[in-house]
Amino acid sequence: MDVEILSRLQFAFTIAFHYIYPPLSIGIAVNLVIMEGMYLKTKDKFFENMTKFWVKVFALTFAIGVATGIVMEFEFGTNWATYSRFVGDVFGSALAAEGIFAFFLESGFLAVLVFGWDKVGPKMHFFSTIMVSLGSMFSAVWIVVANSWQQTPAGFHVVGEGINARAEITDFWAMVFNPSSVDRLSHVLSGCWLAGAFLIISVSAYYLLKDRHIRFAKASIKIALVVVMIASLFQLFTGHRSAVGIHENQPAKLAAMEAVFDDQTNAPLYLFGWVDEDNQKVNFGVAVPGMLSYLIGFDTNTKVTGLNSFKEEDRPPVNIVFQSYHLMVTIGFALIGISLLGVFFWWRGTLFKQRWMLWIFVFSVLLPQIANQIGWITAEVGRQPWIVYGLLRTSEGLSKSVEAGQVLFSLILFIIIYIGLFILFIYLLNEKIQHGPEDVDSIPSEIGHPKA
Amino acid sequence: MEFTFDLNTIWFFLIGILLVGYAILDGFDLGVGALHLFVKDDLDRRIMLNSIGPVWDGNEVWLVTGGGALFAAFPHVYATVFSGFYTALMMLLFMLIFRAVAIEFRSKRPMRWWRQMWDVAFSVASIFIAFLAGVSIANLITGVPIGPDKEFIGTFWSLINPYTILVGITTVALFMMHGAIYGAMKTEGELHNKLRGWINNTIIFFIICYITTTMATLIYYPHMIQHFKEVPALFVLAVLNMLAIANIPREISRGRYFFAFLSSCASIAALLSLFAFGIFPNFVLASNNPEFSLNIYNAASSQKTLKIMLIIAISGIPFVLAYTISIYWIFRGKVKLNNMSY
Repeated sequence: MDVEILSRLQFAFTIAFHYIYPPLSIGIAVNLVIMEGMYLKTKDKFFENMTKFWVKVFALTFAIGVATGIVMEFEFGTNWATYSRFVGDVFGSALAAEGIFAFFLESGFLAVLVFGWDKVGPKMHFFSTIMVSLGSMFSAVWIVVANSWQQTPAGFHVVGEGINARAEITDFWAMVFNPSSVDRLSHVLSGCWLAGAFLIISVSAYYLLKDRHIRFAKASIKIALVVVMIASLFQLFTGHRSAVGIHENQPAKLAAMEAVFDDQTNAPLYLFGWVDEDNQKVNFGVAVPGMLSYLIGFDTNTKVTGLNSFKEEDRPPVNIVFQSYHLMVTIGFALIGISLLGVFFWWRGTLFKQRWMLWIFVFSVLLPQIANQIGWITAEVGRQPWIVYGLLRTSEGLSKSVEAGQVLFSLILFIIIYIGLFILFIYLLNEKIQHGPEDVDSIPSEIGHPKA
Repeated sequence: MEFTFDLNTIWFFLIGILLVGYAILDGFDLGVGALHLFVKDDLDRRIMLNSIGPVWDGNEVWLVTGGGALFAAFPHVYATVFSGFYTALMMLLFMLIFRAVAIEFRSKRPMRWWRQMWDVAFSVASIFIAFLAGVSIANLITGVPIGPDKEFIGTFWSLINPYTILVGITTVALFMMHGAIYGAMKTEGELHNKLRGWINNTIIFFIICYITTTMATLIYYPHMIQHFKEVPALFVLAVLNMLAIANIPREISRGRYFFAFLSSCASIAALLSLFAFGIFPNFVLASNNPEFSLNIYNAASSQKTLKIMLIIAISGIPFVLAYTISIYWIFRGKVKLNNMSY
């Protein structure tokens, strides 16, 4: 295997693993703000203990997120040096802004959130929780801005030629608010809220099924259900906006997502199918005629550009983009269904009696994780063969001084270490779940929690 | 020395300041890690760990931000060094991961073997990170082979020689001294007395390394003192450095640990300033042909980016300082364990 494929595999593997954790942190943090807010409002110790339990889970996801995140920052330089030279002027400032505005905020107040319960008053602690939550979202802002610039470059000009070519910034705000930033950021953030909130729902449903920590579990589910109902519906909207944006700015990606080979109006929307790339057709497909054209332009006469309008060397792989995109959408609708059904039973007052629903809740934690991963696959594989869309090819972005053997060595070590890390994560998460929150179910809340 | 006060120069020193911030802050927690295995009792080890508990990952953020700033302001330095030092940096990354994981996971289970395993990982990783940081710095002093296209043309082994190893060990010694002082400041009772005793040993260890490194630099890499010959006033930094180190035992004997810690911080800052003035205006010296060196001009981003980043830095830094100071203020005083501790 050559340096290119190894470097791509390594980046894909390390980013996919990293991307399990920050969404959990961002999503849990939002719920922490609500929980601790309720503690401040009601002065009920119960909510404080509830917050403390989820803070422990949060701290675990955060620690792995930080450790695997440093890897990402280094890899731009280690494996993609030529890319770094090309984008440094533009991409670097977003990354530096992330460090200054987001990471310091997050890590500073995290200390108070986790260790500061008896060092500061409840209001200051609540303030810290809000700051951690904001900090975690700010870091998503800057990194998604940087990635969006790779999808839809704006606010720059290219200086120099050949190997000396590089993008230089001309308009900072045009770079920040490039055509896909806002749509993609809102799509990513609501994906994060879903990931965190469904973890809370899953663990709590497990407690209910095991008849443990009943009051804690019921209250946690209710809080998280509100979050997932809003986030899953918002996801429908942001997903639609993103697709329209892709139609305008990255037509080859849209064509791959729906396997459109020839330019056409009245383009169909597939529900599922298997793309035969050689013969340019979709097997076993079921499609709604005209729906794709309708959705992107609210008019079935909207023309969709097909893959054949692009030179062969400019086309992304089709089937992988098609499959990951369709699975993501399917999961998106499933999440809306689960959320609405949950809220419906809650409204009817029968939510906690539906054991089958609780079982769905237990496994629902996997769905946003899968959707987040394959959503990124759609975005990043759909951008191929470009590392910066239309400007720099992935094959041109590599480090010239790095050899295949070095990358193979580091890739193998990453795989071993990350598998170990994942097992450890699951083990410790399970440990925390089995231990559970400090129970105050059985005693009146005025007395507070028993001395352990 | 040609010294024009332009954006490139400002960014050279701003990145230097981020590096100083990182060395001072992560320096003491790496130092505490390096001393960790010398403490035998489980409770004492937990106190050591919790003395850095709330702050260590905030300290690491200085490295992350420094890396981001280097990427943005001097992309060629970032690209050349990170790809050129590939294997060394991958090892650094693995160590950073091990260390973070060790800190986080050590106290989650009570078994002896479990804790011993993570203690070793934590301590070895801390030493190794300090060592690799020193080796990297040393390679910027010795210079590395660079081609006309700004690409590194050496191998992993061309980064390792007696001088770079010496600087690596000096860095470990410096952080051990720094960590011992921090530890003494944050603990009480027997553990405190033990750490207090180590401060003198680590100072002696550091001074031996420091003198050897200085001699080696003067003999083999005299270009490092070029600016000091031209601008003798810079020699003040070297004097400050010695005074700061000499002040540490004085403050310790008076029981003023906070001031001893500040002295130690000052000596780190002075040392890195000596280094920065030594290499200026180069970032990466090309050992094969000085014309291929990466300096603050041929490796920099556009003036516009440097200006935007300066605005970002100026608007962000007051907040960063405010958070950092308030966190250290909130967690001031001796370590007390509770149910949220590591």
